[in-house]
Amino acid sequence: MKRSIALAAVLALAACQSAPREQEINDPLEPLNRRAHAFNVGLDQQVVKPLSASMAGGKGGSSDGGQGGIGSHVVTGLGNFGSNLAQPGKAVNHLLQGRPEPAIKTTFRFLVNGTLGLAGFLDPASADFALPEQDTDFGQTLAVWGVGEGPYLELPLLGPSTLRDSAGRVVDLVIDPMHSVLNRDQYAIGLGARAVSKAGERARFGDSVDSVLHESADSYAQTRLIWLQHRRHELGEQGDEIDPYAE
Amino acid sequence: MPNDTRRGFLGLIAAGCAFVATPALALDEKQASALVQKSLDEVYAVINSGQPPAQMYKAFEAIFARYADVDIIARSALGPAARRVKPAEFAAYKHAFQGYIGRKYGKRFREFIGSKIEVTGARPVKSFIAVTSIAYLKGRSPMEMEWHVSDKSGQGRYFNIIIEGVNMLASERAEVSAMLAKRKGDIAALTADLQKAG
Repeated sequence: MKRSIALAAVLALAACQSAPREQEINDPLEPLNRRAHAFNVGLDQQVVKPLSASMAGGKGGSSDGGQGGIGSHVVTGLGNFGSNLAQPGKAVNHLLQGRPEPAIKTTFRFLVNGTLGLAGFLDPASADFALPEQDTDFGQTLAVWGVGEGPYLELPLLGPSTLRDSAGRVVDLVIDPMHSVLNRDQYAIGLGARAVSKAGERARFGDSVDSVLHESADSYAQTRLIWLQHRRHELGEQGDEIDPYAE
Repeated sequence: MPNDTRRGFLGLIAAGCAFVATPALALDEKQASALVQKSLDEVYAVINSGQPPAQMYKAFEAIFARYADVDIIARSALGPAARRVKPAEFAAYKHAFQGYIGRKYGKRFREFIGSKIEVTGARPVKSFIAVTSIAYLKGRSPMEMEWHVSDKSGQGRYFNIIIEGVNMLASERAEVSAMLAKRKGDIAALTADLQKAG
């Protein structure tokens, strides 16, 4: 039932329009997005930043790439564990995009790290088996299927997204094969581990995040621009090169 | 035969176009790559020098001024306002902008300690050369880094750096235009803000 609702939502979205392939920013919900952004910046300032700084050993992100003490190893392990549980869902998306090779490699990665990697806390697949993570999600699947990016959204807690990627997030939760393996509590632990590893990243790239979120003249516009450019680059949808001499 | 003459004539036009088109691309892929490599070598020499951060930022600014087309980057960042700016006002703004870039990007030098950036290739794009490179930073998957190099200023200079799709020119354009909007279009006030920013 859940699945058919999600599928119907996706098909409705697919009927909307096809991808605009330029550097344009489509943000009709800007006032609402800006409120979510203000909330997210406050959350980062009050909670995420202090939390991630304490995880990195109390020194913030300005040590050399987060190579600090035992804390950072625990965070890396938790992140590996959480991310390994996400692999089957990624394999499904690779298949839906018509890419069997990364789907197979992702499945092997899951099996190697789930066994030799002690339930995923270690990552021998990358280190010894040449099976690095090949990231994907249902948002990308929709892009491959020709669904347009849709308006830009900034979600409370979750951060920048688009209509297409937000729909993708929902579908990813629904189609995840791990639902049939793990019970609800185990699944929640997996999601929690991923959240912790995100906070770990916040500590490692602290200077970059600070520069965008807390030092920009218009941090909303900077976040939106940087996120959209990066996402379009990932999906092969980036616009034309800028030629300032021709302007 | 008339057909032959026509073909000959078209051939001549094509040759003429090619002739006109070549001088614009006097800068070749090799020179563009060498320029990027040289500026990278200088940046790493500063990073590994271990001097105090404030001195590093000054050194980064000098490298930026030497290898980048600061004039076009500053002009492009200013957006439509660049059309109405007076030369003296622009010179002051450009100087402040250059210092701001040196500090803002210089502050990230710690992420580059123990890293390396490899130039991997170059290709012509539009009227310029795109030099591709890969940055290997500690504890991070390799990042694609692209440099756009042009000799439109009279010398080979880069005018844009794109890291994993994120475009420095576009992002500084958004930032400077937001700073200018805060000052209600007053370029002198923007210049004063830039001297402190970054």
